[in-house]
Amino acid sequence: MLYRSHVMVCGGTGCTSSGSDEVAERFIEEIKKAGLDKEILVVRTGCFGLCELGPVVVVYPEGVFYSRVKPEYVPEIVEEHLLKGRPVRKYIYGESLEEKAIKPLEETPFFRKQRRIALRNCGVINPEDIREAIAFDGYKALAKVLTEMTPEQVIEEVKKSGLRGRGGGGFPTGVKWEFAYKQKETPKYVVCNADEGDPGAFMDRSILEGDPHSVLEAMAIAGYAIGANHGYIYVRAEYPLAVKRLKIAIQQAREYGLLGKDIFGTGFDFDIEIRLGAGAFVCGEETALLNSIMGKRGEPRPRPPFPAVKGVWGKPTIINNVETFANIPPIILNGGEWFASIGTEKSKGTKVFALTGKVNNTGLIEVPMGTTLREIIYEIGGGIPGGKKFKAVQIGGPSGGCIPAELLDTPIDYDSLTSAGAMMGSGGLVVMDEDTCMVNVAKFFLEFTVDESCGKCAPCRIGTKRMLELLDKITSGKGEEGDIEKLEELAKTIKATALCGLGQTAPNPVLSTLRYFRHEYEAHIKEKRCPAGVCTALLSFVIDPEKCKACGICAKNCPVGAIFGKPKTPYVIDQEKCIKCGTCIDKCPFGAIYKK
Amino acid sequence: MKTLEELERIRKETLEKINLRKDRSGVRIAVGMATCGIAAGARQVMMAILDELAKRNVTNVLVTETGCIGMCKLEPIVDVYMPGQEKVTYVKVDEKKARQIVVEHVINGHPIREWTIENYE
Repeated sequence: MLYRSHVMVCGGTGCTSSGSDEVAERFIEEIKKAGLDKEILVVRTGCFGLCELGPVVVVYPEGVFYSRVKPEYVPEIVEEHLLKGRPVRKYIYGESLEEKAIKPLEETPFFRKQRRIALRNCGVINPEDIREAIAFDGYKALAKVLTEMTPEQVIEEVKKSGLRGRGGGGFPTGVKWEFAYKQKETPKYVVCNADEGDPGAFMDRSILEGDPHSVLEAMAIAGYAIGANHGYIYVRAEYPLAVKRLKIAIQQAREYGLLGKDIFGTGFDFDIEIRLGAGAFVCGEETALLNSIMGKRGEPRPRPPFPAVKGVWGKPTIINNVETFANIPPIILNGGEWFASIGTEKSKGTKVFALTGKVNNTGLIEVPMGTTLREIIYEIGGGIPGGKKFKAVQIGGPSGGCIPAELLDTPIDYDSLTSAGAMMGSGGLVVMDEDTCMVNVAKFFLEFTVDESCGKCAPCRIGTKRMLELLDKITSGKGEEGDIEKLEELAKTIKATALCGLGQTAPNPVLSTLRYFRHEYEAHIKEKRCPAGVCTALLSFVIDPEKCKACGICAKNCPVGAIFGKPKTPYVIDQEKCIKCGTCIDKCPFGAIYKK
Repeated sequence: MKTLEELERIRKETLEKINLRKDRSGVRIAVGMATCGIAAGARQVMMAILDELAKRNVTNVLVTETGCIGMCKLEPIVDVYMPGQEKVTYVKVDEKKARQIVVEHVINGHPIREWTIENYE
């Protein structure tokens, strides 16, 4: 049966947690009540990218985008829009409203600058229905590869595309495949690294939730190219929805004969198994991931030998990230040259970013390489909330760095980011405004790496800990001359000597903030002042005598008895005794106490 | 599934059903679905159109509903928008006419002039 209209309700993790399940149920119920269930289909789909505005609902064919939909809006939308054809303007995403018309989603500022290749089907298909994936060319690339191309040709096409690993390292994918292809030893394995661990990053999760088949298809293509018949997807158990959709997808692909024995009657066998990780950051490092797949402790080991030579069960293995895989089918179908025509000279194609922090449109975006940070933050991201000033953007997670306002016009690619002291990483973008203390940010990321260090090598285990102690000292107002130099020395040593990527890149947040915001470190150390007003130990709590009504509530609540006063005269805080707990600020009924 | 033909068949079959999410270039059929239209039988007309399109495997045709255009006595009204052509408005459409509009106008490209609004003005 042909449906005249499709109501797409986002079923990504973001929208699910803001209540999209109830919204979808309500749509099904109301549509049935209105007798429209034979004409209108309700579809649970993957992430649209505008997670900030969830739950989001898109109504096709018009492409009308409803944001922050509550279950109680649904009857009105069904009655007015679906029954009578009058979209309900008050619930529609504001950016798409024009005076007399409603722009389709693709024409809003958030989407206009985007180019969706890896996310091509996210928000468009029902990820739990393989037929919808097939409708938008799913498994067509696999069919082409198996029936028309040799493994050498597949590798050649991927090399021609210039695709580089999207997990962070940026190693050319085609070259990696060629290494594994040339290995004589069998069996070989294909591994998908879905152990996405950067704080604030959710690119891979969204692809797995929105279009799992693209990853399965690409893994089978990779298997054909290198001569492997078995694949593993290593995904963290913290992604229950992604795991569920992957399981469904694998099951359906097997039923349709797109995984398993003798695919398309070509004699090629390929099957995929899921391996659940327990959420250790280090397991995103490929050698640690391999150990974890084999049931061993997730610790890295020195390379070489590279996984392409000795990987899972000591056999040749390729490991690619989710997003890397998601790019493969379009490359096969449209050709490597097509992909290479997008992006910059050395970084081809597009990149998915998870845009978070102090930015209006929090969400998931995909832009061509070479797009500037300014375009991403101000045009797609809609700028900084509350008219605040932009300070820096943290890119690449705990391995990356902070890029200051001066470099906002840098076109993003692997090399420009590395020379700016950050790195592509997996694609987390955390925007920070003027109220952010850069020393505190560096401390946050270092706390993360200290926590996540596996402890196998001394530079990472001990070195990052020492760096964190120095940062603690600086932010608590006990910094001394020479601390910055000590930090720099430790950072250099750790970078040069740590065993794996986690340790080698752990000092990056400190180094990049030192490079661009050294004056903030100096203000903390020399003037005992936190310019952004974040580090509590460096602030003093003061009572404004103009506003103080001498009620005495602050003094009663102060846990250390640091506030004094008499009736009818403003109270005073004894700075020597004050422990800066902030209780007085919370308790003051007149807002007379502030931090300075 | 063992053959490419089978994959292609599933692709085509499903695409017909979900193409409206991506394709904006094709023919659009708008059925007047205000109270007057519905009372005059617009819903049955729309179902007939959907059914006929499905039966004939026509893709890239969008069927949408629209509001009252003010000529309630001529309902059900159906507008057909072909790419690059003036819109054609059919009036007093019933199920039988609807099916013929799909075949003659949408598929074969010959508007059925005697049922259009010009003949009633």
